[in-house]
Amino acid sequence: MKEFRYIDGAAILKLDQAACIGCGMCEIVCPHRIFRCVENKATIVDYDACMECGACARNCPTGAIFVNPDDGCGCARYILNSWLAKLTGKKTSGCGC
Amino acid sequence: MPQVDTILNRSDHIGTIGARTGIQRDKYTITPGLYCVGWPTADSPVLITANYKLTFDALRHELGGVDAWILVVDTRGINVWCAAGRGTFSTEEIAYQVQRARLVDVVTHRELILPQCGAPGVSALKLKTACGFKGIFGPIRATDIKAFLASGKAADETMRSVTFNLKERAVLIPLELFLLLKPLVLTLACLVLFSGFGPDLYSLDRALQRGGNIAIVTIISIFSGAVLLPLLLPWMPGRQFWVKGMFLGIWVGIFTVQHFFPSVGWTAVTGMAVWAMSVNSFLAMNFTGSTPYTSLSGVEMEMRKGLAVQIVSALLGLSCWLAGPFFL
Repeated sequence: MKEFRYIDGAAILKLDQAACIGCGMCEIVCPHRIFRCVENKATIVDYDACMECGACARNCPTGAIFVNPDDGCGCARYILNSWLAKLTGKKTSGCGC
Repeated sequence: MPQVDTILNRSDHIGTIGARTGIQRDKYTITPGLYCVGWPTADSPVLITANYKLTFDALRHELGGVDAWILVVDTRGINVWCAAGRGTFSTEEIAYQVQRARLVDVVTHRELILPQCGAPGVSALKLKTACGFKGIFGPIRATDIKAFLASGKAADETMRSVTFNLKERAVLIPLELFLLLKPLVLTLACLVLFSGFGPDLYSLDRALQRGGNIAIVTIISIFSGAVLLPLLLPWMPGRQFWVKGMFLGIWVGIFTVQHFFPSVGWTAVTGMAVWAMSVNSFLAMNFTGSTPYTSLSGVEMEMRKGLAVQIVSALLGLSCWLAGPFFL
């Protein structure tokens, strides 16, 4: 996905290397190929490509990865609906996806 | 055990058109459970997928000549990636469907092939504890599944990387347009109604004539924001979508001025151009939900600025437009 880049520094993604056991699951599941496992430790090689899908965190056996836990996808319609819901005090209608 | 075809027939293709245009988007589900392609045995691979029919069709279409089991889990008719994100394509749901289908009695191995895009919702390690079957993440796209199976279940970097090529962007356009239909009709009705106001209070002729002008600009803006933007996405300047949309809006604005000035006065033509920028910017921002590379934090960040600019420019544009008949 080198032809598409989103806002640098925006994604919330943290890797605790001390807790990493180098199993390589994050490297397998990441759809943007952000992780590389070298000598039994994962490293983030392309932080700004992260879209916070959460695949790495879900599959990390030691909980060494933290990704923005907010529900929902990177979708303006979804965020707009949740802001409107906050204003009106009603339940959010999601984004239809 | 339903055996499914690997060749899509006419009604599948018609259904695909229905789902892609939104005509039957919400009811395009298939019954969860175990299916098969070809003549699988107790050793054949088990592929897990979602119960959105477009997803299921994409998978079976790629399985010509393969003998395999397909276990469809209930994601309420949502594709794998979105369902994984919202937690319906989950470890628990797969474990439940494995038990419900009595998969232990169907196959002798203890392995499930998961779509890689299901990883936000499924922990391959926990799956083993939950149902006794080990999860293996296959490729992202169904088109790679044959190669994945043939290579001894190994996926290369290409199979594991998400793409967003021209074709993948183009298929999203009909639904974008369909979802805009209702708001468009409402907006156009309001615009035509309000276009009638002038120094002599109200004129129906003016409503139709001025209303027609701004309707043209609005429809062109919808076309550029919902059709051109997805197609031209890699070449649009800026990272933030509201900025990309603004650039398209400036094009439409320049066209508006060239086309309508001087028959429409300066105030009104400026209003139309600014309105076009707002519509384009908003539609572009809306497209973030259809792309596979925008993060929630990023979209939230750009929306704080983008939405403010869009609201101000929409109000400014419409005010100028309304003020048009009173000035030049």
